[in-house]
Amino acid sequence: MTTGAKYTRQDFQTDQEVRWCPGCGDYTILASVQNFMAEMGVDKEKIVFVSGIGCASRFPYYMNTYGVHAIHGRAPAIASGIAVARPELSVWVVAGDGDAMSIGGNHLIHALRRNINLKILVFNNQIYGLTKGQYSPTSELGKRTKSSPSGSIDFPFNPVSLALGAEATFVARTIDMDRAHTTEILNRAYEHKGSAFVEIYQNCNVFNDKAFIALTGKEERDLNRIPLVHGEKVVFGPDRDRGVIIEGGTARIVSVADVGIDAIHVHDATAASAGPAYALSRLSHGPFGPTPIGVFRSVDRPVYEETLQQQIHDAQAKKGGGDLAALIASAGTWTVA
Amino acid sequence: MSEAPTIDNSETEQVHTVAIRFAGDSGDGMQLAGARFTDASAIFGNDLSTFANFPAEIRAPAGTLPGVSSFQVHIADRDILTPGDQPDVLVAMNPAALKANLMDLAPAGIIVINTDAFDERNLARAGYAVNPLEDGSLDAYRVLKVPMEDLTKRALEGSGVKGRDALRSKNFFAVGLMTWMFQRPLEPTLEWIASKFAREPEVKAANELAFRAGFNLGETTEMFRHTYRVQPARLPAGTYTNVTGNQALAWGIMAAGQAARLPIFYASYPITPASDILHELARHRNFGVRTFQAEDEIAAAGAALGASFAGHLGVTGTSGPGLALKSETISLALMTELPLLIIDVQRGGPSTGLPTKTEQADLLMAMYGRHGESPLPIVAVATPADAFEVVVEAARIALKYMTPVILLSDGYIGTSTEPWLLPDLATLPDISVPFTVAPNGPDATFIPYLRDAKTLARPWAVPGTPGLEHRLGGLEKDGAGNVSYTPENHERMTLLREGKIRGIAADIPDAVVDADDGADVLVIGWGSSYGAILAGVRRVRAQGKKVARIHLRHLNPFPPNLGAVIGGYRRVLVPELNRGQLSRMLRAEYLIDATSYPKVQGQPFKAAEIEAKLTEMIG
Repeated sequence: MTTGAKYTRQDFQTDQEVRWCPGCGDYTILASVQNFMAEMGVDKEKIVFVSGIGCASRFPYYMNTYGVHAIHGRAPAIASGIAVARPELSVWVVAGDGDAMSIGGNHLIHALRRNINLKILVFNNQIYGLTKGQYSPTSELGKRTKSSPSGSIDFPFNPVSLALGAEATFVARTIDMDRAHTTEILNRAYEHKGSAFVEIYQNCNVFNDKAFIALTGKEERDLNRIPLVHGEKVVFGPDRDRGVIIEGGTARIVSVADVGIDAIHVHDATAASAGPAYALSRLSHGPFGPTPIGVFRSVDRPVYEETLQQQIHDAQAKKGGGDLAALIASAGTWTVA
Repeated sequence: MSEAPTIDNSETEQVHTVAIRFAGDSGDGMQLAGARFTDASAIFGNDLSTFANFPAEIRAPAGTLPGVSSFQVHIADRDILTPGDQPDVLVAMNPAALKANLMDLAPAGIIVINTDAFDERNLARAGYAVNPLEDGSLDAYRVLKVPMEDLTKRALEGSGVKGRDALRSKNFFAVGLMTWMFQRPLEPTLEWIASKFAREPEVKAANELAFRAGFNLGETTEMFRHTYRVQPARLPAGTYTNVTGNQALAWGIMAAGQAARLPIFYASYPITPASDILHELARHRNFGVRTFQAEDEIAAAGAALGASFAGHLGVTGTSGPGLALKSETISLALMTELPLLIIDVQRGGPSTGLPTKTEQADLLMAMYGRHGESPLPIVAVATPADAFEVVVEAARIALKYMTPVILLSDGYIGTSTEPWLLPDLATLPDISVPFTVAPNGPDATFIPYLRDAKTLARPWAVPGTPGLEHRLGGLEKDGAGNVSYTPENHERMTLLREGKIRGIAADIPDAVVDADDGADVLVIGWGSSYGAILAGVRRVRAQGKKVARIHLRHLNPFPPNLGAVIGGYRRVLVPELNRGQLSRMLRAEYLIDATSYPKVQGQPFKAAEIEAKLTEMIG
C-alpha cells in the first residue's frame, strides 16, 4: 500500500443520497471501501466499480470513481471486458449473494478461473433484499421466507468453497462490522495479481437480521471466529485453547490440550494445493458456529490480460504491427486488366 | 443410360456459365474440393459465386442422406449474382450424394459418378432398392462412370500411402478430373497442396498424385474427349481476391477499428455459422485485436460492452439463439448509450432449428426483440464482399450516435464466396469520434448525458480521464444522468432515445432505385437475397418487361426517400427468407399493400423463383 495522502474518504463520496435502509451493513462496507481507496493511492480516474442488480449493486453510485451499474449477475462479464481492454485500470466488482452466485454464477466462476485482475466483493447477507425477502443461494436449509413459507429446500452454496472450486487464486472472508479486518482484506485483495474473491458477511437488518450474530455478537464472536493467519497455527477461542487439525483432507475442530500444539494445522495460504484451504472452508456451512475468517488462499498464476498483452506483443515482434491491405491480399489474388 | 459417345466430339466447347456441384459424404472432403476448384477458377479470372450446404452433424452416419455435404460453384465469363439455380454438373461420390442432389440437376446435365461407392451397402444406406446406374433412371442425363477409389489407390501405388489413407485423396482425384474437364490451370491447386501439406510430405505427395491422376484420366481416356471452356470474365479492372462473408466481416471489423482509430475487442461464444469470424480475428494478435471467447453469449455481449465503456470498439458476434441471449445486454448498451456492434449471422430457426442452413428470420427480433421501448439501428449485408463495407458503416453509426447497432448477415453469405475487388484502404471513411477529455458542466463538472445538439449523442469519456469520473447504469435517468423515476421524465427520455435513432435517417444515403421507366412493380429486398433478386430482375427484363428494384442496406431507420419512392409504384413485392418480416415493417411504416414473397426452406432464393413471381405480378 502506498502512503500517498493525496485523497481522503471525502474524495470518494458522490453527491448522490445513499439510499440503503438505516442500519444496513452496506453503510459500514462503503465507509471501509472509501477509506481504503483513499489509502490505496491509486488515481481515482483509474478506478472502476462495476455492479449488477440488488441492494449491494447500488454501490457504484456512491463511489466517486468510474462506474457501471449493470445487469443482474453480469458484473463479472462486463468488468472482464473493461479489465482485459485496459489492464492498467483497477477494476472492482460489487455483488450480492443472489447476484454473484445465483443469476451470475456462471460469470463469477469463469472470471475466477481466468484469473482476470478483478477484485470481486460479494456482500453475502443470505437473503434477497431488494426484492423484499426471498431465500437466496446462501440461505440455510429450512429458512422460512416469502418464497419458502414451508422452509427452504435449496441446499446452499458455501461461497468460499465455490470460489476455491472455481480455481480462484485469491479467496478471503471478512465481516462488515469489523472495519479493521475488512480494510486488511481489501488491501490483500488489491495487492494480489489476478482475480480476488472476497466474501463479506453483511447484515440485512430488515429481512435477515442477526444472521451473523455468531460472529458479531459481543459474547459469541470470540468463541466462533477462527482467524486464518498465514504461517501460523489455526487456533481460536478467548483462551486460544481450541484449534483445527486436518486429517485425510478433512478439517476438524479440536481441543489443543487434547492433541498437543504440534498437531494443530499451520495455515499456508500459498500452498500449491487448494486442498487444505478447501478443508478449512468446510468447517462451517453458514456462520452458525466456529467459522474461519481471513485469507484462505493467495497464489500466483498468470493473469489473463497480461498473457493476452504478451501474445499481442510477441505477435507484433514476430510479424510486425499488421498491414490490413497485405492481409486481405494474402489469400491469393488475380488482376483484371 | 447415356454412354460416352453422346459427348464424344473432341472439341472444346465454349460456354458462358457453368455450375458444378461436388457432393459426397460429409467425410469425403467435398467442401475442400469445391474450394480448390473455386480458387483455381478465381485465379483464372472467372466471375463466380459459391454455395456450401452441409449437415449440422460433424460426421452423420456414413453413406446416409443426412450425411451428404455439397459445395456448388458457379463460374462465368460475365458478371453473375448467384451460385446457380441448377447445377449443370453433379459430381456424386456415393449413392446418397446422387439421391440427395439429382432433383436439382439441370435437364440433360452431366453426372460424374464414383462407381466404387455404389455397392449394395451404400445403395441400401441411401435407400436405393435398385442400383440407379443399372435401372435406366439416369437415362435423361449424361453419366460418366469413374471408379475413383480404385484409380486413386492405383495412382498412389509406390507412394507409401495405402488402403484407407489412400482413399482420403479421392476428393483431389475429383478436383483433377473437373480441372481437366473445365480446362482450369493446375498450378493454383498444386501450389495450395504444397503449402498446406508442407509439413506432411506423404499427404502432400498423395494429394498431388491423386489430383494429377484425375486430370490425366480426362486427358487420356476416350470417355472424356469433351472439355468446356469458360473464358475469364470481363470484370472491372483491378486486383481481386475470393472471399467468404465471414472473412470479409472479420476484415471489415479490423478496418472499422483502423477507421475509428480504436482497438478492436471482439467477444464471442462459439456458434454456427458465426464462429469463423472469431477464428479469423483470433489469428491477428499482431494487429492488436483482442478476442475473448466468453463463457456464454451473455458474457460475450457483456465483455464487449465493458470494453466499449473502457474506450475500445466492442464487438460481439453470434447467430439467432445467441442474439436472444444478448438482448438484455443490448438494452443496457442502449440505456447507457455506449457504442456496441452486434453481428448476427442468421440461421434457420427457431431454437436450434437448421444450424447450418440459411434464413433471414431474425429481422423482427433485431427490431423489436428487447424489453421496454428500445429502438436501435439495423444494417444488413447483401453479399460476401459487401460485408466489409457494411461493418464499417455499422461502426460509424454506433460511434457517432453512441448506440448499439445490429448487423444482420446470414449463413449463406457467411460461407459463400465471390470475387472481391480489393478495397483501397486509404479511402475508408474517418469514423473516429474524439473522447471527451474536459468537463462540460458548471463548476468543472462532467454531465455524462449532455447531448450533442445535432446527433443527440452523449459524450464518451473513458476511465483514466481525470475529472470526468462518472457512473452509468441501467436505471432511468434524467437529462443529466442522475437516476430519476418521475413519470414525465421517463416519457421524455424514451422519446429522446427514439428520436436519436430516428434522426439517423438524415445521415444515411437515399435508397438507390434500379428502375425501368414506366415500371409498375417495385421489388424490395434486403440481405443475402440480393443476388437472386437481381438475377431474377435481369431475366424479367430480358423478356422485355419493366420492373423496379431496391435493395436495402439500412433497415432501421429506413433511407429517407423510401416512402416517397414506394409511393410511385402500383405494386410492391418483398421476397424474404422468412414469413414476411420486412414486408410487415414496410406495411406498418408506409401503410402500403406490400406483397410478401416468403421462403423458409433453409436455402437461398433461386433466380428462377424471383423471375416466376415477378412475371406473374407484372403479367
